[in-house]
Amino acid sequence: MSKFTMGLAQINTTLGDVDSNLEKHLALIKQARNQGADLLVFPELSLTGYVLQDLTPEVARRPSADDSVFAELLKASKDLDLVVGFVEAERRHRFYIAAAYLAGGQVVHVHRKVYLPTYGLFDEGRFFAWGDSVRAFETRFGRFGMLICEDFWHASPPYLLWLDGAELLLLISASPGRGIASGGRLDSALWVERINQAYASLFTTFVAHTNRVGFEDGLNFWGGATVHDPDGKLLVRGPDHEEALTLAEIDLEHLRRTRTRLPLLRDERTHLMTKEMARILGAQQTQGNLPDPGRRQEE
Amino acid sequence: MGQIKSALEIDPDLISRILIDFIRSELNRAGFSRGLVGVSGGVDSAVSCTLAARALGPENVLALSLPYRTTSEQARVHTAMVIEASGVNERTIDITSIVEPYFEIMPEMDRVRRGNVMARARMLILYDHSADFNGLVIGTGNKTEILLGYTTLYGDSACAINPIGDLYKTQIRQLAASLGIPEEIITKAPSADLWQGQTDEDELGFTYDEVDGLLALLVDGRMSPEGCVRAGYAAAFVEQVLRRIQRTQYKRVLPPIAKLSNRTVGYDFLYPRDWGT
Repeated sequence: MSKFTMGLAQINTTLGDVDSNLEKHLALIKQARNQGADLLVFPELSLTGYVLQDLTPEVARRPSADDSVFAELLKASKDLDLVVGFVEAERRHRFYIAAAYLAGGQVVHVHRKVYLPTYGLFDEGRFFAWGDSVRAFETRFGRFGMLICEDFWHASPPYLLWLDGAELLLLISASPGRGIASGGRLDSALWVERINQAYASLFTTFVAHTNRVGFEDGLNFWGGATVHDPDGKLLVRGPDHEEALTLAEIDLEHLRRTRTRLPLLRDERTHLMTKEMARILGAQQTQGNLPDPGRRQEE
Repeated sequence: MGQIKSALEIDPDLISRILIDFIRSELNRAGFSRGLVGVSGGVDSAVSCTLAARALGPENVLALSLPYRTTSEQARVHTAMVIEASGVNERTIDITSIVEPYFEIMPEMDRVRRGNVMARARMLILYDHSADFNGLVIGTGNKTEILLGYTTLYGDSACAINPIGDLYKTQIRQLAASLGIPEEIITKAPSADLWQGQTDEDELGFTYDEVDGLLALLVDGRMSPEGCVRAGYAAAFVEQVLRRIQRTQYKRVLPPIAKLSNRTVGYDFLYPRDWGT
C-alpha cells in the first residue's frame, strides 16, 4: 500500500485536561476518516498541552489498552492509523514526552523524546526523563520514523532514522513561536520549515511536520503543518495560527524515482562516519571532554 | 520613525494577528469575554485598547480615562480620539478628588511620590471596575519601560494580561501606525503625565530610539557591554542602562517567599497559569 492519505491535525489543547483533549482527538479522527485519511498525526503532547510543569505526573499515561484514554484511541485506530503526543508514565515512575503510533487496535511504536530543551524559555529537562532510542518501525504503508520537536533541531536523529530505513519522517511539535522581524511569518516557523525541507532533500525521504496552535501562559504555537516530498518540494502547508486538518496524498513509490536519480542513501559512507565518530569521541574522552552527559546514556 | 534599526523592525500585521488571538485566548481561558484598558492618550494604551477592541469586540471593552487636574488638554483630546476610533465603552473618572485629600495630609510629598500615588489610584479604579464590568485589566506596559523599570509597582504595571510587553517603544509605534492610530499620538513625546510637562525622555535622560537600539543589542542580541560600545554606544550610556536594568529587577519578579517547607509556592510548586484551561 504505497499510496495513502495522511492528515495533519494542528490543534489547540486544554492544558492538563486529558479527557477534554481526548474528545477533540476523537472528533478530529472522525472528521479525518470522513475525508478519506488513512493516517492522522497529532502534535507533541496533543493529549495534555505543553507547559505542564508539576502537572506532569498527573497527566501521564501508559500506552496500552488497560489505560482508559488509550483504549479509546486504540479502538479508533482500527480504521485509521494514528500518531498522538502524550506524557508516558514508565513503571519506574519516570515521565517521558512521547509519541505513539497506533494502528489496527495495537500500539505499533512509542518514541520517547531524546532531546529535552532546557535553555531559554524551555525547562523540559526539569520535569521529564530523556529518551534513549531512535528507531524506525514498520507500518501497513511502509517504514516510518517519529521524532518530537527538539529531536529534529539536532541533525543526528533524522539521520539515524534515514539509515534505519524510514521512508517517511513523522515530526511533531509544540513549538513556541518567536522572532518577529521576518516578513509574514515568525522566524521560528521559517527555521523549522527550512530544516524540514533540508531533511527531505538530504535524506530523499518524505517529511511530515505537525505543530500545535493556540496559547499557553503567553507562549504562542504557530501551526503551519507541512509535508515535503523526497525532492524537497512542499506538498501541503496548513495555515499559521489556527486549528486545521490538512490532508496530503503520499505515494511512497516517489522514493524509488528520487533515489534512483539521486542515490544519496546508497552512497552514504556509514563506516567512514562510524570510524571518524569513534576517533572524535575517543579524542574527547582522552581530553576529558565528553559531550554526552552520563545521565543520558543507554540504560 | 525613519531611523528604526533593522533589529527593531517588526511585521505589524503578523504581530497584530498574534496579539489579538492572545487577548481573546487568555481572557476566554480565564472565563472572561470582556476587558478593561486604562487609556491615557498615549500610544501604548492606544495600541492595547485598539487590539482589545478587535479581539473582544468594542462592546466588550471598557476604556477608563482617569485624568488628574493637571492632565494636559492634548492628553484628554487624544484619549477621546482613541476611544472614538476604537468604538469601545468609555468612562471618565477624575482622580483629583481621590488623591488630593491624601496629598493634603502628606504635604511633604515630592512629585515622584505623588506620581506613584496617582498611578496606584488609577490601578485601584481599574481593578474595581474589573469586578463591576466583569472583565480583566489589559496591560499597557511596553518592553522598554519594563526593562528599565520605568513604571510604578502595583500602579501602571498592574494588569491581568499584557499584550504589548514584548514590544519596544519604537516597535509599538510601528504597530500603532498599522492599526491606524493617529500620527499625532504616535509622534508626540511620550509622558507618564504624572506632573505637568513631564516627558519620559527628559526624565530618563535619553530617547527611546537610542535606548531601544541598545536594548535590542544587549537583551535580544545577547551582546556584551563592550560589544555595544564597539557598536557605537557611549560607554557611560551602556553602563547607565545596565545599572538601571539591574537595580529594577525586583519590579519584574514576584516577591521572594522565604523557603521553609519541602514544597513552596514559586520554587517547587510550579503550575502554569493556564492550568486546566
